[in-house]
Amino acid sequence: MLKYLLEKEFKQLMRNRFLPKMIIIMPCIVMLLFPWAATMEIKNINISIVDNNHTVTSQRLINKITSSGYFKLVNVSNTYSDAIQSIEYGEADIVLEISNNLENDITREGVSNIMISANAVDGMKGSIGTSYLASIISDFANEINEEEVISQGGILLKPYFKFNPEMDYKVFMIPALMVMTLTMICGSLPSLNIVSEKEIGTIEQINVTPVPKAIFIIAKLLPYWIIGFIVLTISILVAWLVYGLIPSGSILTIYCISILYIFTISGFGLIVSNYSNTMQQAMFVMMFFIIILLLMSGLFTPINSMPNWAQAITIFNPLKYFIEIMRSIYLKGSSLKDILPQLYSLFCFFIVLTTWAVISYRKRS
Amino acid sequence: MNQFSSFVRKEFCHILRDKRTLLILLVMPVVEIILFGFAISTDVRNIRLGILDPSNDVATRSIIQDMDASKYFTVNLVLHTPEEIEDAFRKNKIDMVIVFEDKFYERVTHEGSASVQLLADGTNPNTANIGVGYATNIIMAYQMRLAQKSAFSGASSTTIRIVPNIKMLYNPQMKAAYTFVPGVMGMILMLICSVMTSIAIVREKERGTMEVLLVSPVKPISIILSKTVPYLVISIVNMITIFLLSIFVLKVPVSGSMAWLIIVSILFIFVSLSLGMLISSIVKTQVAAMLFSGIGMMLPGMLLSGLMFPIENMPLLLQWISYMVPAKWYITAVKCIMIQGLDISYCLTELYVLLGMAVLFIFISLKRFKYRLE
Repeated sequence: MLKYLLEKEFKQLMRNRFLPKMIIIMPCIVMLLFPWAATMEIKNINISIVDNNHTVTSQRLINKITSSGYFKLVNVSNTYSDAIQSIEYGEADIVLEISNNLENDITREGVSNIMISANAVDGMKGSIGTSYLASIISDFANEINEEEVISQGGILLKPYFKFNPEMDYKVFMIPALMVMTLTMICGSLPSLNIVSEKEIGTIEQINVTPVPKAIFIIAKLLPYWIIGFIVLTISILVAWLVYGLIPSGSILTIYCISILYIFTISGFGLIVSNYSNTMQQAMFVMMFFIIILLLMSGLFTPINSMPNWAQAITIFNPLKYFIEIMRSIYLKGSSLKDILPQLYSLFCFFIVLTTWAVISYRKRS
Repeated sequence: MNQFSSFVRKEFCHILRDKRTLLILLVMPVVEIILFGFAISTDVRNIRLGILDPSNDVATRSIIQDMDASKYFTVNLVLHTPEEIEDAFRKNKIDMVIVFEDKFYERVTHEGSASVQLLADGTNPNTANIGVGYATNIIMAYQMRLAQKSAFSGASSTTIRIVPNIKMLYNPQMKAAYTFVPGVMGMILMLICSVMTSIAIVREKERGTMEVLLVSPVKPISIILSKTVPYLVISIVNMITIFLLSIFVLKVPVSGSMAWLIIVSILFIFVSLSLGMLISSIVKTQVAAMLFSGIGMMLPGMLLSGLMFPIENMPLLLQWISYMVPAKWYITAVKCIMIQGLDISYCLTELYVLLGMAVLFIFISLKRFKYRLE
């Protein structure tokens, strides 16, 4: 019986002009474009400098800032108000005003002030930009120190960055983006599929057949499990071919846990479809949840920075656990033993959601 | 006109009958504003710190205390051997480890130098970089205190300092809401207008009721237009909700002209509606319409509109693509008017682009609209 139902599902799937293409194209687009777009690495901050000092020192500071790679000098303004105007026109993001006695202050008094004004409408860019600029300036001060004053020693700091030595933000996003793609495809497609049968009316015909509930559900979900597999494989291949990123942990573990996750999320899609009557409804409920789940998963912004009540909510987010697992295995080479707590949570979600999905499915409307 | 209004009434009935979708449409902006306003933040805080401190003396304890007291770090784990570090990282328990040298205080005071290792989990380069920066500042501050103490006791030290005075323009308290409100508006309006309209039109096609409508004496074009009217109304309701929420709950003031803000928003609503019409003229099934408008519009809207990630950082190709995302222009204009409080003359480009897009989309969708079903 299952065989015939599956045949029907696959026929329906392949007959759709759009869907098979999308299963191939979507992970490619996500993997090719998103890592470049979703980056918190800030470069090319447009800076406008007001140099009232015009000395060797101020020129040296300007050179140091422009050669740092983070800043792009858009203009050297004569007055502060000119510089502010270039912020208002959106040409500059940050203004550095060098006071007219910078060199004097440094050589005579040892302390000088310097003005940084940042456009903080884009909060992140403003704060990261100013902290980069401030650290360049303190570096600059240290340089002068080393030249003029004999180095005094003190505490030596040695920072090391583990797991991602090139500090590439793309590497951080890729495993998480795989989770996002899986969620979108394996979560929303099954729910749309079942509701579409409801809406067209063909579900009645299946309901009057002797097909048991479990077999019907498996026949509906199995194609999407396979699709999930294809999507994951494409994503992993693109990550390897384009970014040279291979999992440092075991790829078998990734696949096994992904199966568990695909089951979980397609179960969630099934629940939504059981409670929806039209595709529009299912789509919007799904979209509503996916947006919230994505935002609260630590995909884009760190969970640790959230207030406590929001962190408490994330406990109920399966995406959070899977993203943590994927990042750990992919980047840190964690073994199954290391990620057991997250795996247990994911397993609980799987049990709860699938049971709920099977119970809430009714043959009678 | 009478015919048109009865068609509009029919559309309203469709929407009002589906309470759940309507509820989501009206609740979504509220939830998103709350999430973005209060929950999500791009700041780096509460970095989980592991400590490996074999000396455990005055200096190291003082530094650890300073770190724990700052809002950037929480000491999460005390390690005893270097072997535990790797394990703690892999178990995802800590983000950074600070390793002190043996006999730290003694070395600093007598030998003049001691070393500290900062091992950061570089998987998230942003957190790692910023965390190392914060830690450096805290340790340097401690060193300065130490130096001052010794300066009193005789030794002189002159170090040059350049003190930056930092001024955050337009958003002095660095509230994330200032960044997100324009973005959420763009996203919600886009979602409702283009996704809903395209689905509503395609559904009639898919169910076959479009045929019934087309044989009625109403002009085909007014059938389509009547479909967009209810979504226009809902969008305007949402726009008002978002404005009220951001002004009264998030306390984001409207610094510029309210009138222009509304005009730009309505222009954007028109762009999105016409985009929805355009999509509906291309696709045949609801699933396709949803995937097309849902994933094809939502994701670029979220990523390429400057809502979360600055567009200037992206490679040129993506920047070009972002020029085609209407939400990008809208969000820039809203930031300009609402947050920076600038005059409309500063965002004329955005206004013209939106206007151009609206005209273009309406033109193409009218051109493509078929009066007959095959």
